[in-house]
Amino acid sequence: MAKEHKRPDGRKLNELRKMIAKVGIIPNADGSAMFAFGDTVAIAAVYGPRQLHPQHMRNSSTGILRCNYDLLSFSVYDRKRPGPSRRSQEISRVTEWALLPAIDLSQFPNTVVDVQIYILQADAGTRTAGINAASMALAHAGIPMKDLICSVALGKNDQTLITDLTKEEEDYKEGEGATDFAIAKLANNDEFSLMQMDGKIQPEKVKEVLEMANEACKTIYEAQKKALKEVVENPQGGTEA
Amino acid sequence: MSSMETSNLTRETLKRMFQEGKRFDGRGLTDLRDVTIEYGVSKKAEGSARVRMGKSDVVVGVKLQTGTPYPDSLEKGNLMVSGDLLPLASPRFESGPPGFEAIELPRLVDRAIRESGMIDFEKLCIKKGELVWTVIIDAYPINDDGNMIDIANIAAVAALRNTVMPEIDEAGKINYEKKSKNKLPLSKETLPLSFSFFKLGDTIVLDPTREEEEACDSRITFGISEWNGQLMLNSCQKKGELPLKQSEVEQMMEILPGKFEELNKKLKKFL
Repeated sequence: MAKEHKRPDGRKLNELRKMIAKVGIIPNADGSAMFAFGDTVAIAAVYGPRQLHPQHMRNSSTGILRCNYDLLSFSVYDRKRPGPSRRSQEISRVTEWALLPAIDLSQFPNTVVDVQIYILQADAGTRTAGINAASMALAHAGIPMKDLICSVALGKNDQTLITDLTKEEEDYKEGEGATDFAIAKLANNDEFSLMQMDGKIQPEKVKEVLEMANEACKTIYEAQKKALKEVVENPQGGTEA
Repeated sequence: MSSMETSNLTRETLKRMFQEGKRFDGRGLTDLRDVTIEYGVSKKAEGSARVRMGKSDVVVGVKLQTGTPYPDSLEKGNLMVSGDLLPLASPRFESGPPGFEAIELPRLVDRAIRESGMIDFEKLCIKKGELVWTVIIDAYPINDDGNMIDIANIAAVAALRNTVMPEIDEAGKINYEKKSKNKLPLSKETLPLSFSFFKLGDTIVLDPTREEEEACDSRITFGISEWNGQLMLNSCQKKGELPLKQSEVEQMMEILPGKFEELNKKLKKFL
């Protein structure tokens, strides 16, 4: 039996960091939101449906979703060189796939919905915070959606499964080391639209990881819904979860 | 053969056949194609391998360079995985800046190998904080008939095992023409492999041909290896629009250990 694992910030194993969810933060955008897990802060803007350029990318049977994720240069200790990296291009694509199952753009042929996600401050879990913000921003923009997408990074420090890792926990070195497992799912069923992992984890533990994700996503869903309701009732302000 | 896209008709046919557990080439849904490994693709590389699975064909070369360590790992060597989807290998590949697939493939091979602990990076330190070895893996498909990531992963592992360190003098200058007696510091028992599951409708297949791969809606790739006597997943990435059900992921976790063992056996005679 493994020794009882203590998290550096004293959280319970399945406890999320303090979340902040705000909708309607960028007036120019058709929809916008911010989402924070502790010190990880993501903002997202949605523009569209609008005419798609270049023309050859147009799809006459549906609108398309185009996501862009990046870190702002000062969001990390070692300044990130501005402009797309291979990492950010990969995250942009997996974010698209994470969000697509929730939205329906069939009523908007030949158009694009652009989702712009930027990280203001990074303390691990940036792609998942970005997806949570983007999901709210899509709803705020009035894009037809059958569900919200909720996203969280699960993981493992040595043998202990934990929810919503900080950077310090991502860098854990003892025993089996750190595993980082980013997950996104449709809020109201058991379909997973993002699964991305690195580290060391036994295949038989994956089931438990998915169950922890289900549990965490319920809490995230509530925070997202609350922020969206708030903006309908009071278009000027946001809310804290 | 060089048609660009799978037609809807083919897709519907494949969907129906998959539901009946059948494939065009007669394999079962999770059967792997036969695999062969060849070495010595380039004498100028420190290690190289060519892997064929069915008609898919990938070459990988390993080059070693010296450089300064990263500030967060002063006593460790570096790993870099790159490569390109050359227009040589398929009418689908185009010249120019790398598309998503060309970015994703080396990144997945990198993560599967790095996280498995196969390479002992501490032994690649020449002078702490100043000079370390950088292991550079380059993967190039020669013919793409599907499942490029898993095949490139096998080729990368084979090429690493084939790698011999070049001579290096006191001043830290490398003599590439003279091989040393040292092989790359690798953990012998760790063989990182990757398995990509492809989903079409409600069915899951392994090791698809290009035609099958094109027809599928999503893919999830797992890097897996043995570590301290247990199987460990080292990496995972889902691609594509169609989400995966929890039951499907659980089913994959049940299939994986057996497939890992099966491929290990197939590869043993070449490694």
